[in-house]
Amino acid sequence: MKLKSIVNISAVALVAGLMAGCSDSSNSTNTPEMNDYEITVTNLSSNQPLSPVAVVVHEASYNAWEIGSASTVGLENLAEGGDNSTFLGEARTASSLGAESGTGVIIPGSSELIEVSVQRGSDLALTVATMLVNTNDAFAGRAGIDLSSLSIGDELNLRLPIYDAGTEGNNELAGTIPGPADGGEGFNSDRDDVNVVSRHSGVVSNIDGYTDSVLEQSHRFDSPVAQLLVRRVN
Amino acid sequence: MKTKSIMALSALPFLFASHFAAAQTVDVTVTNLTQGIFFTPLLVSAHDSSAHLFEAGQSATAELQAMAEGGDISGLVSATTALGAVNSENPAAGLLAPSTSTQVSGLDTGSNTHLSIVAMLLPTNDGFAGLDSWEIPEEAGTYTIYLNGYDAGTEANDEVVNGGGASGVLGIPASPGGSGETGASGVTTAETNQTVHIHRGNVGDTDATGGVSDVDSRIHRWLNPVAKVTVTVK
Repeated sequence: MKLKSIVNISAVALVAGLMAGCSDSSNSTNTPEMNDYEITVTNLSSNQPLSPVAVVVHEASYNAWEIGSASTVGLENLAEGGDNSTFLGEARTASSLGAESGTGVIIPGSSELIEVSVQRGSDLALTVATMLVNTNDAFAGRAGIDLSSLSIGDELNLRLPIYDAGTEGNNELAGTIPGPADGGEGFNSDRDDVNVVSRHSGVVSNIDGYTDSVLEQSHRFDSPVAQLLVRRVN
Repeated sequence: MKTKSIMALSALPFLFASHFAAAQTVDVTVTNLTQGIFFTPLLVSAHDSSAHLFEAGQSATAELQAMAEGGDISGLVSATTALGAVNSENPAAGLLAPSTSTQVSGLDTGSNTHLSIVAMLLPTNDGFAGLDSWEIPEEAGTYTIYLNGYDAGTEANDEVVNGGGASGVLGIPASPGGSGETGASGVTTAETNQTVHIHRGNVGDTDATGGVSDVDSRIHRWLNPVAKVTVTVK
């Protein structure tokens, strides 16, 4: 009974808000209704630590990347150096309702749960992205996962494919890979590759005849490289 | 006896459904998801439930072989047209470059209920991207399908770029991206599985003037899926 009356009140507030349009006459006694999500990423790779995960809940119209289009500088930073701050900043500027970073690197076989809360809306979508740190510019992620039909308590169980940011050639050379395989350079503003996003073709590694590669057999991967659990808790 | 009559009755609606299915109009968008593999002219074919351009685990037809080894879709066009198929030939007007898309707009499928798509992967000996007889939904909407890379099983994957595109002629017809490699000794002369199967990928090497392969292992590999197909049923 009490629950019901709360719902009714908030529905009235919603209608009032709609009628008021963009006016600033909001009712300060009503806090906005929030959608709360738990995003869990599990690293399924052999030996590719994943950089701190970028989690963005946004309006459906926002697109963080697209096959055949050039990476943003934020995506380039994330994919070459594992730094998601510019990527999250771009999302906040464009449309983001909630933009969070994981707390640290997710090593193979481990998981991290990241919480994100956003004001309730009708066309919410989720984007996640994380670098495979023992590569030149590979990242795992999904852009624009539809959250509009996810009810409280519902869960999406997805897998993350691997993309190539297209901003750094996959030369696998010493000094070019930021992860523990090399300890080399992360972000570099040069774009010496195809300069469009595609699916990744995998790494060659020195076990496969490419003797100049600093990567070895354990750094090879196939898609998918991670599990993504999306749970709506409120 | 009674069982039989029930079966006969219950089969009736299905017969009606297939015989009187309303003609559908579909838009088909094909995206090459790879970073370094080209698609030869695509064949997008709407046909009945019994037709196949290829079947995994079955030997390639001569028409499929011509497409997979040399990118020639004319044989498949003739064969499917004879079965009443509605085809879109070469919608990209040539090669579909890596990470680019092409669209077939307003394909009137007539009485045809299933969709198949093929295109050769370059540079490979007899690799192709394929969709085998996907049932077109009757409900209007947008549907997404991911295509794997197949091996026609008709030619050894020697990975020597020598212009050999005719059926039965060993070699890769062309490497459109211009890797410029020459002088390869050849990866193999045998084709272990001579039926249509999932392609194991290019081996490649990083030796521009020799080695076993004329394709570049850092550029001309791929992971599945190789293509994304979006079908919009009007």
